[in-house]
Amino acid sequence: MLAFILRRSAEMLVALILMSMIVFALGRVTGDPVALLLNEYATEQDRAEITRQLGLDKPLVTQYTIFIGQALQGDLGTSVSGDRRSAVELVMERLPASLQLAAAALAISVIIGIPLGVFAAVKRGTWVDIGARIGALLGQSVPVFWLGIVLMYFFSVTLGWLPTSGYGEWRHIVLPALSMGLFTVAAIARLVRVSMIDALSSEYIKLARIKGLSETAVVWKHALRNSLLPVLTYMGAFFATMITGAVVIETVFAWPGIGRLAYESILNRDFPVMQAVVLTMTLLFMLANLCVDIAYAGLDPRIRH
Amino acid sequence: MKALLRQPAFAIALSVGVVLTILAIFAPWVAPHNPMEGDLLERLMPPAWQDGGSWQHALGTDVLGRDILSRLIHGARVSLAVCAFAIVLAGGIGSLLGIIAGYFGGLVDSLIMRVVDLAISLPMILLALLFGVLFGPSFINIVIVISLVLWSQFARMARGETLKVRANDYIDLARSAGASSFHIMMHHVLPNVAGSLIVLATLQVGTVIIMEASLSFLGVGVPPPLPAWGSMIAEGRSYVVSAWWLCIFPGLAVMLTVLAANILGDTLTDELNPALREGRR
Repeated sequence: MLAFILRRSAEMLVALILMSMIVFALGRVTGDPVALLLNEYATEQDRAEITRQLGLDKPLVTQYTIFIGQALQGDLGTSVSGDRRSAVELVMERLPASLQLAAAALAISVIIGIPLGVFAAVKRGTWVDIGARIGALLGQSVPVFWLGIVLMYFFSVTLGWLPTSGYGEWRHIVLPALSMGLFTVAAIARLVRVSMIDALSSEYIKLARIKGLSETAVVWKHALRNSLLPVLTYMGAFFATMITGAVVIETVFAWPGIGRLAYESILNRDFPVMQAVVLTMTLLFMLANLCVDIAYAGLDPRIRH
Repeated sequence: MKALLRQPAFAIALSVGVVLTILAIFAPWVAPHNPMEGDLLERLMPPAWQDGGSWQHALGTDVLGRDILSRLIHGARVSLAVCAFAIVLAGGIGSLLGIIAGYFGGLVDSLIMRVVDLAISLPMILLALLFGVLFGPSFINIVIVISLVLWSQFARMARGETLKVRANDYIDLARSAGASSFHIMMHHVLPNVAGSLIVLATLQVGTVIIMEASLSFLGVGVPPPLPAWGSMIAEGRSYVVSAWWLCIFPGLAVMLTVLAANILGDTLTDELNPALREGRR
């Protein structure tokens, strides 16, 4: 198990270095970060001065080494726009809001998705099943940002139940989390349904029934436990969805998270902040996937080899 | 195919797909108005069935007085074109690399699959956004960006399928008959893995359309004034209270298209390759 974790961590490190190179290279080959810092009265001398200050006059490889060296010390530069704050500080300030949103979306997906899949499988072929399948199909076909706008229009503007945007109270998180979670509710419900149908027709379930276990115990304990592995596999895709969702949903609901920060910094060509956000998101994404892999290897010994 | 058509959901989805494709191809002739020119005197007209609406502009007009229906039809053109090009590009490159990896095995295989693993382990949407902003919004860029996200899945599937095909005797026979590796890959491997790859491509259509809409929504899709569903939603967002039709119709268009694509993909998957469903994201 330890060897497995070490190997996966090493792979993660390589991927992270690669990502840092891509981000670094993209940031350098396009656009001119110096131009953003100069005002209209700047002379060629000012330009050379700032270029030197930012280290942009050195060869790319040297620039990259300096960048990595500072990154390892937790320094990813300062924002080029406005008040020139530390990029890492900006990301850390925005991170909790995004984590809250992702956690809420995850909770919604699991709490609604799993029972929905189980009911659909148990009541296979009935209107419950058909309804759940149609719902899941629709849920996977709606663009999340549009769903966010529609929910906002309906619940905030028309009914006035929930605020359109903002951050702080529980009421603020409901709509963004719902918009982000619906797609994954649908995906999880579908996966659980398929694997529950398989599980319910297997030998050990027959045995459990013959032993005289209650139907509740058979379904929710024996069958469900074995049907959850595919859900765990899906988690990798779930985190990818969360990152996309974070960018669009945080933009729609003005949610102060790193998704919106990513979008803003990319639009403003704020390279240090952009690098910090992209690397943080990549790291989180990989850590989350690593946890899933470890949990999976723990549950299914075949994976470890 | 006949058995498939007897499933009502499949038949409806297929008809929706065919109609959309026809609308997209013949957009300039089908659309009632020019999607890029508006009459400011007719701005923000509601759909025909509401007070103040007229059948001149069945689904209403936008802020610049442009006809929504015509923009939706031309938007279908943009969406489907991006989709077709991205899937052909990503599918082509991904499948080719996958077949090479599976056929040759060894070092080539590990090298290609390492890159695939990397591509899957990076949050590609961020790169797509970055790429879109840095290189500017254009049709070609959005196709490249989406292909960057997609190709790895084709490579993975093509490799797996190639490994299965390779175990067959006819591959060894072809080799002992003196066929070159290229010939074997093109004439013996490709035809046998194509089915699964086409199913995967169908499954990706919905994903690509949503991705294109998301990128257009964020302003890095096809540049204005060309109408794209995502950018129409973004433009309509601030008017959702006073003019709901700006935002609702393009969203419904995305939803309908993706729904049709998903139903087609799911049915084909069940029909041709039940094992695939497990790996579906």
